[in-house]
Amino acid sequence: MLADGVFRQSEVVARLRAVLPAESVLWQREDTRPYECDGLSAYRQLPMVVALPRDEAEVMAVMRICAALKVPLVARGAGTGLSGGAYPHANGVLLSLAKMNRILQLDPLARVARVQPGVRNAAISEAAAPHGLYYAPDPSSQIACSIGGNVAENSGGVHCLKYGLTVNNVLRVRALVLGEGAGEGEGAGVGADTSAGQRGQPEIIEFGSEAPDAPGLDMLALLIGSEGMLAVVTEISVKLLPRPQLARCVLAAFDDVERAGEAVAAVIAAGIIPAGLEMMDQPATHAVEQFVHAGYPMDAAAILLCEADGTPEEVEEEIARMTEVLRGAGATEFRISRDEAERLRFWSGRKAAFPAVGRISPDYYCMDGTIPRKHLGRILRFIAQMETKYGLRCPNVFHAGDGNLHPLILFNANDPDQLHRTEQFAAEVLEQCIAVGGTVTGEHGVGIEKINQMCQQFSAPELAQFRALKLAFDPDGLLNPDKNIPSLHRCAEFGGMHIRGGELPFPELPRF
Amino acid sequence: MTPNTHTNTHTDTHADTHADTHADSGIDLLANYARRIRAAAAEGRSLHVRGGGSKDFYGNGPAAPGLSGAAESPEVLDTRGWHGILAYEPSELVITARAGTPLALLQQTLAEAGQYLPCESPLFGSATLGGMVAAGLSGPGRMAAGAVRDFVLGATLMDGQGEIKRFGGTVMKNVAGYDVARALTGSMGTLGLLLDLSVKTLPLAPAEATLCFELDQPGMIEQLNRWSAQPLPLSASLWQLRDGAGVLHLRLRGAQAAVAAACQRLGGERLDDSAATQLWDDVREQRHRWFSPQGKPQDSCSEDLWRIAVPSTTPALDLDGPTLIEWAGGLRWLRVAVSSVAERMAQAALIRATAERVGGHATLFRRASLAAEGATGPAEPEAFHPLKPAMMALQQRLKHAFDPHRVFNRGRLYRAF
Repeated sequence: MLADGVFRQSEVVARLRAVLPAESVLWQREDTRPYECDGLSAYRQLPMVVALPRDEAEVMAVMRICAALKVPLVARGAGTGLSGGAYPHANGVLLSLAKMNRILQLDPLARVARVQPGVRNAAISEAAAPHGLYYAPDPSSQIACSIGGNVAENSGGVHCLKYGLTVNNVLRVRALVLGEGAGEGEGAGVGADTSAGQRGQPEIIEFGSEAPDAPGLDMLALLIGSEGMLAVVTEISVKLLPRPQLARCVLAAFDDVERAGEAVAAVIAAGIIPAGLEMMDQPATHAVEQFVHAGYPMDAAAILLCEADGTPEEVEEEIARMTEVLRGAGATEFRISRDEAERLRFWSGRKAAFPAVGRISPDYYCMDGTIPRKHLGRILRFIAQMETKYGLRCPNVFHAGDGNLHPLILFNANDPDQLHRTEQFAAEVLEQCIAVGGTVTGEHGVGIEKINQMCQQFSAPELAQFRALKLAFDPDGLLNPDKNIPSLHRCAEFGGMHIRGGELPFPELPRF
Repeated sequence: MTPNTHTNTHTDTHADTHADTHADSGIDLLANYARRIRAAAAEGRSLHVRGGGSKDFYGNGPAAPGLSGAAESPEVLDTRGWHGILAYEPSELVITARAGTPLALLQQTLAEAGQYLPCESPLFGSATLGGMVAAGLSGPGRMAAGAVRDFVLGATLMDGQGEIKRFGGTVMKNVAGYDVARALTGSMGTLGLLLDLSVKTLPLAPAEATLCFELDQPGMIEQLNRWSAQPLPLSASLWQLRDGAGVLHLRLRGAQAAVAAACQRLGGERLDDSAATQLWDDVREQRHRWFSPQGKPQDSCSEDLWRIAVPSTTPALDLDGPTLIEWAGGLRWLRVAVSSVAERMAQAALIRATAERVGGHATLFRRASLAAEGATGPAEPEAFHPLKPAMMALQQRLKHAFDPHRVFNRGRLYRAF
């Protein structure tokens, strides 16, 4: 049956149409085409079927069918992800949660919003604004990306140094899990609404709590950033914070890229946690200046954007300390935003960096490694060497405060050799990130994009542990298969297997 | 086999020298741990992982005999030999240390560099870093700065087969693989033996002030939630009844100007700094007299101590007993007089039903010492709030994925674990 794709499709469509309205089940090419890729558009695949449930009961119905027929299920939010996490499965159901886009409740006193997964990130802050509140994580795609996708990817943003990531701002998640079914339990208790089920039958489970914590293991920590591989989220409670009264930004110019990197460490070492701390090198500022006219100094080798927020008194105090430290670290020029319009102009260039780069090159490839801050200079030198080695340009924009790099390799996808060189370039940079104690993905996720690099970052037993964890949630491996966690077979083929010497590691070596 | 791993009793203050001098004994120690874990797995025994022993009372602990369901006390695996700070550069905002490192040493090292662990976990005398992560207990600072789990970035653990695995790392933004390191927080050591841990640190705030207000319980809950929705540098709160009147202590932390402006705006009476430091330390360590009203050590107390976590806006709970409230209303301590296990069981059912109705949960934090009722006495309630069947089944499958032979702290989190 599995081999007979057409028969399979008609069977799945028929079953889905029995539980969903006709317009919520798409299977014809012209209808499924919009779902063939997410933000990682170099990789495309038509899904067998697209299902668009409107509520939790319909999600449950779809999952029940997938479990019964053993059909893979790929959940999708707004499709803005950059690592292919929502890349469809050829023989699977693509579950779009776009129709579940209601804010269910917003409690200004408790500072909690209960939302459905398809709600846009920015829509939460918009709804909270009349109460002087907002939802802190602000990925660059926030006007489009959905909170469900943020939960799947543990999204960050430019303010996460001070305000944390999705995992630090989501209190509770309600989700459907394809478990093995519960055995005999104690009856009453915290954590779920459905009673015992059968293997593969979806169960509604609540993770976390609107109380400060939840009993038992911290399952919410596992769910957030799990890239749709453990459960399908149907409702989310997020924490709302008081909107800072004021924000001001210092723009500091440096005549040397490494000196700018050292200035970042100096700011943190001085005991300052800026609301945002971003860095752009000269090729990046030149690209954006042509595009948005942010007024960046064109002769600077690199610029830093360093933001303070809070009460007016707090901001004044912090801006004075930041300026002092940046001056001491060798900044050649300063500008301090005098009003909101100027602050937004400073940020306009940083926020327009990707589209601006898109204008100066037919294609670009965005990397997402994170490194310990102290290695910024080293990694920049390395990237410069790679530019020469592969004959490709690479402007750099960084979330410098938390060491998250987004080098943008410029190439032309119509030239297969350039594409190949770009992939090699990116792979070498990510390997270097691991080598200096960092990670291959800071906020964009593994998806299908960085699955090979997972073989380098993790040992075979660690990958086996991840797989065992996955199967505890999803025993038949139906949720978003072949993403995130590579098989050992795949690692062996890739040739990048991470092998640590001997049975026991040497304690004198750094562990991370 | 006798537990004989506590080879390095002195403390190290410098990571660099530490690693070299103890490399050999470190390898021996890990080999010893692995051997004992494999032996326990093969023989179907559990190991009691123990650091400073400061939280022996916590969970379905070995301190409450018979609770873990074992006929005899399990072998203790002492983690204190695996100690020392491995890496700390203040500008990286992260410290990496071995699990057996005394938390006090860690705090001192951070303080010397003008930093701290904002979750303010209790020391209870002798806590280790591993114990802090395993128990996941946060102190007063949790109200605004975050819980232990918000600060755990990376962990290496030895699994139920004696194999070493590493999850997370030393950087704050890291989404490669599942966030296992964070999920180890509060696991009560049931998923594996914690070896090395990386936790996020933050700079100490430039200014701090503690204000005191007279407010009844409903007034305090309303006021703190309103203040929390405003851009104020709130950091910790404490409410209790004193001589029949409600008293709120509120700690502010932040920039000099922000704290000064907030003091001006909020009013109240300001405590002098040393009294304030003492107050928050006493609350965190449960040395505050509310926690031992009879002036006796807590382990000989005739009252159970319940920890009830609820959404912060929850009105006063309809439960008998003195209460102390932290975290802007989110954490409610309750003392309940108890004279028998049967009575405790009935109280547990009532307290848990009350907590559950408002979306919270209740932990039997410390048990009063009761006269022995013999091996055939009634069953003790679980220390932690029971899970619903589907969640319990999922957590058991997860436990199995890490520790299939139930070697680590069997029964400590839930009896079925």
